[in-house]
Amino acid sequence: MRRIIYIVEKEFKQIFRNKMMKPILFLMPLIQLAVLSYTADFTVKNIRIYIQDQDMASVSSRLINKIEASDNFILSGVSFTYEEGFNNIQKNDIDVILSIPEHFSRNYNSRRPTSLYITADAINSTKAGISTNYLQHIIQDFQIEEVQKRGITVKPGIEVITRNWYNPALDYKFFMVPGILVLLVTMISLFLSGMNIVREKEVGTIEQLNVTPIKKYQFIIGKLLPFLIIGLIEFTIGLVVALFWFKVPFLGSIAVVYLFTFVYLILILGMGMFISTITDTQQQALFLSWFFSVIFILMSGLFTPIESMPGWAQKITWLNPIKYYVEVIRLIMLKGSSFSSVRINFLIITFSAVLVNLLAIRNYRKTA
Amino acid sequence: MKTFFAFIRKEFKHIFRDKRTLIILFGMPIVQIILFGFAITTEINNADISFLDLSHDSYSLKLKNKISASGYFHIDDELNTYSDIEKSFSKGKSKLTVVVGENFGTDLINSKDAKIEIITDASDPNTANILSNYLSAIIRDFTIESGALPPPNLVIHSQMLYNPENKSVFMFVPGVMTIILMLVSAMMTSITIAREKELGTMEILLVSPLKPIVIIIGKVIPYMVLSIVNAMTILLLGLFVFHIPMNGSYPLLFAEIILFILSSLILGLLISTVSNSQQTAMLISMMGLMLPTILLSGFIFPVSSMPAILQYISNIIPAKWFIVIIKSIMLKGAGFGTIAFETYVIAFITLILVILTIKKFKIRLE
Repeated sequence: MRRIIYIVEKEFKQIFRNKMMKPILFLMPLIQLAVLSYTADFTVKNIRIYIQDQDMASVSSRLINKIEASDNFILSGVSFTYEEGFNNIQKNDIDVILSIPEHFSRNYNSRRPTSLYITADAINSTKAGISTNYLQHIIQDFQIEEVQKRGITVKPGIEVITRNWYNPALDYKFFMVPGILVLLVTMISLFLSGMNIVREKEVGTIEQLNVTPIKKYQFIIGKLLPFLIIGLIEFTIGLVVALFWFKVPFLGSIAVVYLFTFVYLILILGMGMFISTITDTQQQALFLSWFFSVIFILMSGLFTPIESMPGWAQKITWLNPIKYYVEVIRLIMLKGSSFSSVRINFLIITFSAVLVNLLAIRNYRKTA
Repeated sequence: MKTFFAFIRKEFKHIFRDKRTLIILFGMPIVQIILFGFAITTEINNADISFLDLSHDSYSLKLKNKISASGYFHIDDELNTYSDIEKSFSKGKSKLTVVVGENFGTDLINSKDAKIEIITDASDPNTANILSNYLSAIIRDFTIESGALPPPNLVIHSQMLYNPENKSVFMFVPGVMTIILMLVSAMMTSITIAREKELGTMEILLVSPLKPIVIIIGKVIPYMVLSIVNAMTILLLGLFVFHIPMNGSYPLLFAEIILFILSSLILGLLISTVSNSQQTAMLISMMGLMLPTILLSGFIFPVSSMPAILQYISNIIPAKWFIVIIKSIMLKGAGFGTIAFETYVIAFITLILVILTIKKFKIRLE
């Protein structure tokens, strides 16, 4: 036991002796959490629209006014020809063109079939889809208004009521903040532990540790504990920011979240240790941990939904610890799920944590 | 000049001696591009939803079949009462519940406003929003088909320019290419000087007659070569695996790629000169670069929707400009004229990075 404490003490001293480490470990993640959470928002606003108006009559100008008045669109120009709008799309100056054909107002007023044409820059597919959808909604509302002006009440046929549970205001931050928090804690822990043993190898101090009577498991535990403590502190600070700055609801049990975080950190640190034992230089360890963390992050369902991935990619995500943890923290915080609904995730994380740490202990050789 | 070449040869030897690093460096982008190119998408197909039918008549059945047949939804769970909704959401699988109100069919025929409730699991607001939009469109069609509403006399046609099927591949693959290229390049140089400092060989370099600028150039050139190889692999994957069309000019594309690589390599060097150990260099280049580049470059989330201050900040991220450049050249076939501004911005950022690196480069060790 005393040996472990000595190792822990040594690690803490080594980490904080480096003056750059404190801000990197605590300030950088917090700033990122506070700032970047505002960026992760799929809402499409400020759509720049160009209108090609070949009609230039009463109905078309009322339609243009309605579009101009909507919050989502910015009208960047109106012209008679299509070319001008198209050139603007080419230059990335606008996102959508709405074309109103000749005699639109006349046909519309006399109820003859008529059309409107939307052209969207579909390179950004999400934005194109959503902008087209918004525009269609505006046009439909416009039609209803036009009919109502004549004093006729319109029946929708089917009345659709939409309710958004758990997050009625569709605030993306509720969804993203817990995820980004998970991510930052993961990266710090993985990089710190991944670089650790290999650093001693590269600098040569590992030999000094090897000749001490310390046991392999004591060594790994001693290396793991300081980072576990740093990770938990980091998580706690981040959680405070999430709850009090972003006002993310916390419906479930805090104890369950901490239990998960604890096991999860052991898993991530074990992975770092494992990387550290199989590499020779910090550079290699760095690249390997980078490689895995980018994959884990982008395939965790944090930014883009796992359900959208092809089947084989979804299977790969089963090996992704971040996925399980992000799922759990979102379920517990936002939906108040109980431990039993996330039991499987807990078992998977615990099992992998044990496995990875055993591997790391086995792989660490006390002989050079 | 001779010392300069000797220096470059030394750098190359350093790089090629470490075979494991080389494998990682070249293998990593390939694996990542393939994985992310396929996996990162926001298209939604076959989303699991629950269906609560309080009416059980021929119309509600027709609606249910129409929803299943749309390809967007998979009815995973049929519920019996309202209280089941909560349960099906807390398991985390179902994204949305459709509730068909009582007397749906009779209300519909007698045009008495039949009722449908769409309850979304909005803990994921994006999916919730998209799904409820899809569903509303299906219900609108259904209303017209069932004869409850006259067909509209105004038809809206929409055309998806450059991407007729509106596939998200065109949006994400250029972004993935940019991010990987930038991060790998910056990471490679970010530890070179820090490594020499840590291993003590920096002193030897400093007492040699090499000027700081020569050391910097000598550090950049070998990694430039590696990054170009990486860029070519990434480009080939984009063209042949993801079938990104190439409508523009190759020389222009290559020139832009080299400029972008240069900016990333210099950024890495700057990190390397300001940090005192490989560990800090690494933490800065990964923690400091990864998330901001992914999030502020507009690669996944649209920059135009961000708060104004963040939109300003995003301007200093070279990746943001490069994504625009690569999409314009490859997908829109744009010439230099349309992307001149973006190019100048990257060149300007690179210049500032070069100046900062030279200023921060210490010729004395503490």
